[in-house]
Amino acid sequence: MAQAALRRFSGEALIEEAGPTGMVTLRGTLRSGAILSAVQGAVGLRVPEVRRAESGPRGSVLWMSPDELMLICEAGEAAGIAAGITERLAGEHFLALDLSSARSRFRISGAGAREVLAKGAPVDLAPRAFGPGDLRRTRLGSVAVAFWCTGPDMFELICFRSVADHVYEWLCLAARPGGRVHLY
Amino acid sequence: MLLIHCPYCDETLPELEFAHAGEAHVARPENPSAQSDAEWEEFLFIRRNVKGPHYERWRHTHGCGRFFNAVRDTVSDRFLATYPAGAPRPSLASLTGESE
Repeated sequence: MAQAALRRFSGEALIEEAGPTGMVTLRGTLRSGAILSAVQGAVGLRVPEVRRAESGPRGSVLWMSPDELMLICEAGEAAGIAAGITERLAGEHFLALDLSSARSRFRISGAGAREVLAKGAPVDLAPRAFGPGDLRRTRLGSVAVAFWCTGPDMFELICFRSVADHVYEWLCLAARPGGRVHLY
Repeated sequence: MLLIHCPYCDETLPELEFAHAGEAHVARPENPSAQSDAEWEEFLFIRRNVKGPHYERWRHTHGCGRFFNAVRDTVSDRFLATYPAGAPRPSLASLTGESE
């Protein structure tokens, strides 16, 4: 399938569309041994602590709520991972679904990245308060998003696909040259 | 801006992320069809409208999505406590240091 060119914008921060991404939602008792081993088997990662994300070479695991995780993987792998978890957890009370089409993913990086997010999200983005591996489900402007810190001044953000254009333009506006407050 | 502690996310967050969801601890009758009209009206519509500490439900709409309970003083808007849904209600005496 032909893909439209991914958009990117360079201002006070670099805003990039990440393009097709595999996303599997997993709901259940997160501390149960079955879920821990299912996540380990699917992406080779631990179940993250509250408001944390785990990342590795095969993908990421995001804490979404007390009984919900999001597994991030390559675009083509999501259906297989969801099916694998479903097979592994047979008999348990759980839900594993390929929801890749529901959301879009962006990367925000650069010296101004923290301020770009801070302009729209009610989150303390100071480096000491929000570092690599920290995650927040919150809102950006008027829409629901989740973002997590992947490295120094590097963030990834997911939002519902229906508002992806709006979020992209919002991020670009917030990152326009000259817009820094130099708070962080 | 109110700052509200989500007992599930274990973080104190701005009101913007939350939605108010009415009075807490309103128990649905075990057998609704056995209720009189007056009792059903009471369950559906009659609320305490407290002036002072009020037990109420909140939802962390733009976060974990969970409902939880809170005790908020309706006069000062101060949150005295938040606790997970299903947990027993904290006594007002322990929250305010006064006898009820």
